[in-house]
Amino acid sequence: MSVSSQPAETSPRNANERPVLTMRGITKTFPGVTALASVDLDAWPGEVHALVGENGAGKSTLMKVLAGVYQPDQGEVRLDGERVRFHHPREAQERGVSIIHQEFNLLPARTVAQNIFLGREPRRAGLVDQRAMERATAEILARLGVERSISPRALIDRLSIAQRQTVEIAKALSFDARILVMDEPTAALSPHEVEALFARVRALQKRGIALLYVSHRLEEVIAITQRVTVLKDGERVDTVPTAETTPDRLIAMMVGRDLDHYYPERSERTGVPMLEIRSGGNDRLRDIDLTVHRGEIVGIGGLEGAGRTELARAIFGVEPFTHGTMTLASRPVRITSPRQAIRAGIGFLTEDRKGEGLVLIQTIRDNALLAFRSARRTTRLRQALGDEARKVDLRAASLDQEVRLLSGGNQQKVVLMKWLSTRAELLIFDEPTRGIDIGAKAGIYDLMRELAGNGAAILMISSELPEVIGLSDRIVVMRDGAIAGELPGGSDEATIMTLATGERDALVAGSAA
Amino acid sequence: MSVVTASDRTLPARWAGLPSSGTWAIYGVLLLVLAVSWTLILATGGNINLTNTLVRSVALGIVAVGQTFVILGGSLDLSVAYQVSVTAITASVVMDGRPDRVWLGVLAVLGVGVAIGLANGLIITVLHVNAFIATLGMSLILRGGLNAGFDNFAGAVPREFEWFGYGDAGPVPYSVLVLIALVVAGWFVLRFTRFGHHLYAVGESEDTARLSGVRSARVIIGAHVLCSLTAVLTGLFIVSRLRAGAPWVGPDGNYDLESIAAVVLGGTALAGGRGGVLGTFAGVVILALLDNAFNQLEVNAFLKDVVRGVIIIAAVALYAFRQRDPIR
Repeated sequence: MSVSSQPAETSPRNANERPVLTMRGITKTFPGVTALASVDLDAWPGEVHALVGENGAGKSTLMKVLAGVYQPDQGEVRLDGERVRFHHPREAQERGVSIIHQEFNLLPARTVAQNIFLGREPRRAGLVDQRAMERATAEILARLGVERSISPRALIDRLSIAQRQTVEIAKALSFDARILVMDEPTAALSPHEVEALFARVRALQKRGIALLYVSHRLEEVIAITQRVTVLKDGERVDTVPTAETTPDRLIAMMVGRDLDHYYPERSERTGVPMLEIRSGGNDRLRDIDLTVHRGEIVGIGGLEGAGRTELARAIFGVEPFTHGTMTLASRPVRITSPRQAIRAGIGFLTEDRKGEGLVLIQTIRDNALLAFRSARRTTRLRQALGDEARKVDLRAASLDQEVRLLSGGNQQKVVLMKWLSTRAELLIFDEPTRGIDIGAKAGIYDLMRELAGNGAAILMISSELPEVIGLSDRIVVMRDGAIAGELPGGSDEATIMTLATGERDALVAGSAA
Repeated sequence: MSVVTASDRTLPARWAGLPSSGTWAIYGVLLLVLAVSWTLILATGGNINLTNTLVRSVALGIVAVGQTFVILGGSLDLSVAYQVSVTAITASVVMDGRPDRVWLGVLAVLGVGVAIGLANGLIITVLHVNAFIATLGMSLILRGGLNAGFDNFAGAVPREFEWFGYGDAGPVPYSVLVLIALVVAGWFVLRFTRFGHHLYAVGESEDTARLSGVRSARVIIGAHVLCSLTAVLTGLFIVSRLRAGAPWVGPDGNYDLESIAAVVLGGTALAGGRGGVLGTFAGVVILALLDNAFNQLEVNAFLKDVVRGVIIIAAVALYAFRQRDPIR
């Protein structure tokens, strides 16, 4: 606890300087959940302060409290020692607190200048002063050194993701931001773009802006930040100087137990090929050669947009392969619709669980039998589900409960029951643990491993590298709709990122140190 | 500091005041339709008359400008047809053929327009009723009220009020000038006022607009009031031509669906946030040119509807194709 009130040694400062931000005892509850329990956080001018923790640890909630999206139930927020209460994100922005969300808050069909000044367009004689707006935008872009590459008049939907992020930074600067929150800023960036972002972050730091850096990528956290605050289950575990910690120690704090026991043991034995794709392709994919054996978990890595979900959708017949061949359990198959896929014994646990995986207002039983009914032409609507429920360790009062009332982890188990009931032997998991709390995550991992152990073949897509590394027997990395390479399970993040981006100097931490 | 990287590609600047490429495209289509239809008419011995075609597009054109505003804001108004009827009857009953009551009639219908627009806007923003349902309901309410009170022409407008429907300034009818002035005014408001900027923002993403401090409800209500005022203007134009209002003048003109068709034909996205009144004007004129050509060529009226349907669907399919996100 004593660490948290002390600035890290890495950013020397005058004795009379004080934190620009202090959050004390922030508590926030939602019906049924305590999202934050008495959390403290400081940020000093010119400091880059990382906020890390698993999904559901409370990072986003804490940042939303800071930015005025949520009001805390208890606790206080002070800016320069003065107590503030923001009721709207706009109030926070005007006081110099800006937040850059992972999903940018930009209007694609409007220009850079129009986006930056949205809601506060400068006026002359009652009319929007386009020229003043564009001039001010150009000045800010020049301060960021991008005046030659981003025009104030460019439409947002013509900009790359990295450029859109720069526009968000410019917007924050236009408010004279003193505290800038960046939520997963590198999630969709290539290593070169990450380098450019880091240079920008350092420049902002020199201006005395305090940056709160929310990230899953611990190498980056180590490379760019001075202090790290770790959250777990809505509580602050600790705040430590970055120089005195390591990724492994941070992970141990995040998950509350040693990493070795977090993922189940890999299996040594794999069976005969379950799925074989040769030269598969369609307008999103090309030259896909992929084999998944029974008993095996194959992880699919790659950046956002690399074609991972498209691959799953092709196998499942949503957007089928237009060329190449596919065999299932050594039988050649042509799958052009999900219905055929289900009948052939494929199960697809989609990323968008609530939208595509479940009918939320129906019961567990109806959901679990949804695919079974369509695949097997059965009239037995009340098939016993006791086995499936037991296998996935479902925690529910009754099978007639509506699934919308279940937790994320239990909802995922219902989706799994759906595929167990069709006796699916190839299971495709797309982001299997997104939005699921840590305890339930380990349960899902164990379950996946157990299914594989019983002879299923599992293909897993995940954006969380530690998950891909920890769980997979083999890792297939995708780039631009093709397979960039294959790695053994347990490979390090840098090797995967090198393949995913096609750039040699992918190891950000290494080049920035 | 200067951080320019390979990832920051250079982009051509674009003058923000210029209409978008989609607007140019629809004017290209307009010229094409003009050339083809006039060639056919001349070849079959008919005569062409641009002024006449434009006068025929005034009634729809005026209300389509208003419809553009609500659609840009992510809303829509299905009640404009009956608003036109309400206006026509109110104006002719209040004026009652007396020149000294023209101002009273105009004032009355403006009041009616503001009231209906406010009601639509408030139902959508405060009661959170989907715009389709809200304005469909309003349409039924107005229809019921009209049919309960009137079953034929009622009242009359004085001769002095006919300038709007029949008068002209030299070669150009006043009504065409009013339409053009309205289109220019609409373009100006969308381009140069905060309201216009906020309307685009709310239409594209209400969440983003609200997070940026835009009071989205006010913007949507404002758009509905403007839309209703254009319906009022159309009603005044029609009553000026017919000299009296009747309950069927609005629905007979199909101003509800036709105005929406003209708006989307003009390149405004039905989902909001993209487009503008210049495109709508082109859409309206294209529909009028088609009408004119089919009449002159004495083509079956049912075939005319088929062709219009095909053109509208083809145009929107084309916009959808162009709109595919380049980054993904």
